[in-house]
Amino acid sequence: MTTVRPAQSRLRAVPPGPADRQGPHGRRHSENLSGYAFLSPWLLGLFAITAIPMLLSLYLSFTDYDVLTPLSEASWVGWANYERMFTGDPSYWHAVRVTLTFALVAVPLKLAAALGVALLLNRAIRGIGLFRGLFYLPSLLGGSVALAIVWVNMFNRDGAFNSFLGLFGVEGAPWVNDPDWALQTLILLAVWQFGAPMVIFLAGLKQVPVELYEAASVDGAGAWRQFRNVTLPMLSPVIFFNLVLETINGFQGFTSAFVLSNGTGGPVDSTLMYTLDLYIKGFVELDMGYASAMAWVFLLAIGLITVVLFRTGRFWVHYSDGEDR
Amino acid sequence: MRGRLRLLLLIVILAVVLYPLIWMVGTSFKSPQEIASNIGLIPEKFTPGNFTSGWEKFDVGFGRFFLNSAMVSALTVVGNTVSCLLAAYAFGRLKFRLRKAWFAVMIATLLLPGHVLIIPQYILFRTLGWVGGDWPYLPLLVPQFLATEAFFVFLMVQFMRGIPRELDEAAKIDGASPFSVFRHVILPLSRPALVTTAIFSFIWTWNDFFRQLVYLSELEDYTAPVALTLFIDSTSESSVGPMFAMSLLSLIPVFLFFVAFQRMLVEGINTSGLKG
Repeated sequence: MTTVRPAQSRLRAVPPGPADRQGPHGRRHSENLSGYAFLSPWLLGLFAITAIPMLLSLYLSFTDYDVLTPLSEASWVGWANYERMFTGDPSYWHAVRVTLTFALVAVPLKLAAALGVALLLNRAIRGIGLFRGLFYLPSLLGGSVALAIVWVNMFNRDGAFNSFLGLFGVEGAPWVNDPDWALQTLILLAVWQFGAPMVIFLAGLKQVPVELYEAASVDGAGAWRQFRNVTLPMLSPVIFFNLVLETINGFQGFTSAFVLSNGTGGPVDSTLMYTLDLYIKGFVELDMGYASAMAWVFLLAIGLITVVLFRTGRFWVHYSDGEDR
Repeated sequence: MRGRLRLLLLIVILAVVLYPLIWMVGTSFKSPQEIASNIGLIPEKFTPGNFTSGWEKFDVGFGRFFLNSAMVSALTVVGNTVSCLLAAYAFGRLKFRLRKAWFAVMIATLLLPGHVLIIPQYILFRTLGWVGGDWPYLPLLVPQFLATEAFFVFLMVQFMRGIPRELDEAAKIDGASPFSVFRHVILPLSRPALVTTAIFSFIWTWNDFFRQLVYLSELEDYTAPVALTLFIDSTSESSVGPMFAMSLLSLIPVFLFFVAFQRMLVEGINTSGLKG
């Protein structure tokens, strides 16, 4: 990685000091040893907590295993779990649809809200620090059970939101109890937490050179054209960063769906997010082999989506220090 | 857009954003009858009853759940900061064979979703007898002591890149061992990164639900978020008030951290893009 490259070249530039007198390989050898000594907790964690369990789960994804019996009793079933997932489990495709809908709707709305508020905050405003902090607060309390509980209650049939709508003579929906609206309620909760990407947008907006706006307004560009031709392209790396981050997060939504449906994904599976389905298959139905297969497909899907985002990013992300200048 | 209009718009949006939080505070002070009748923000009569009844609602008492959460969070903070710091020092400042390769592996684990690992880890910890064992928090805590939160390793490596290399070069030329460079140069200078890591590990662990839900099965071992879900099972009219009261209490530690470190938290997500 680029992280280490400048460091190394500088190390080489340092003239040999007394420490090198221990012998031609003395210092190198000692750094090698201490390098691994400092790395040892991480290495242990990598193998014991991450790599070996990953391999185990790959193996289990080809078995039928209920967790209650010893591992040796996991029976090999070949591709059966994957076959069932793609052809014999309607709830699986339902969960995929729910998750895709959630991510495809929530992420753009959230980013739009974040960018909009960031633009409003970007001009000199008294108390900007306080504003920024308060907008960020929902993101920080974010995925907590407590907030999901409040949110779900707000969108009950006779909750605060419907009585607010009542003020305008609008009759509200039963929101969380209505299969057509429950997911929208969760999407709204996700959009409400726009504070984290907003703060990143604000930082990005600060980097846009003022001269560009000045030049644009000399050329007679109005607010919209300045936004379209200066702000958006200059901000595109930050937009891209937020997009990748929020998309990956969006696919992993769990807590709010769990709280809204009391762990079932209801009403009528309308909030059955992929991760919730995985939890139910693995830890409620104790079908760990199948859940492992689900986890691997999830991993590959997220990897694929990230790659696709990076590929498409080439067409619209402009790095001001890159070749396209 | 004119300044006034802009400010007005911001205040309106802020009111919408803060509404659920204020409503939560108000509702937790309403009596059960008032919750049913008054949907407004401010209770007609402030009653602390929800807090006392919520606190005693489940057999072991909510105090126990808060203590459990506090212990898990505190130990996670210690584990994360120490183990990630050690790894970051190795990646950031030491030369050793295969460093680049290991660093690439670390970045790869950064992108690994937790939901993918939960099943094999559960099976591993269950095989070891840690799930539902004498001390059910082992599966939650041991990974934190082994620097598995790659995010913090990355954060600290990035930070250490900013510490002038001349400092440890000078110390090394004076004959200092890598350990004493770590102890006397890097450790004191890394304080801002350590504090950021500590704050975010605390908040994330306090808010975490998925892993605690999976590993904790006995009522007396429950942490605050898992205990809160007990209320959902019994959403009768009378339990909404206590549920709100306990939800509010469970947000207070995070809120206090927010007030104390607001500037740092915001700068933290600025520089690293980390999520709240």
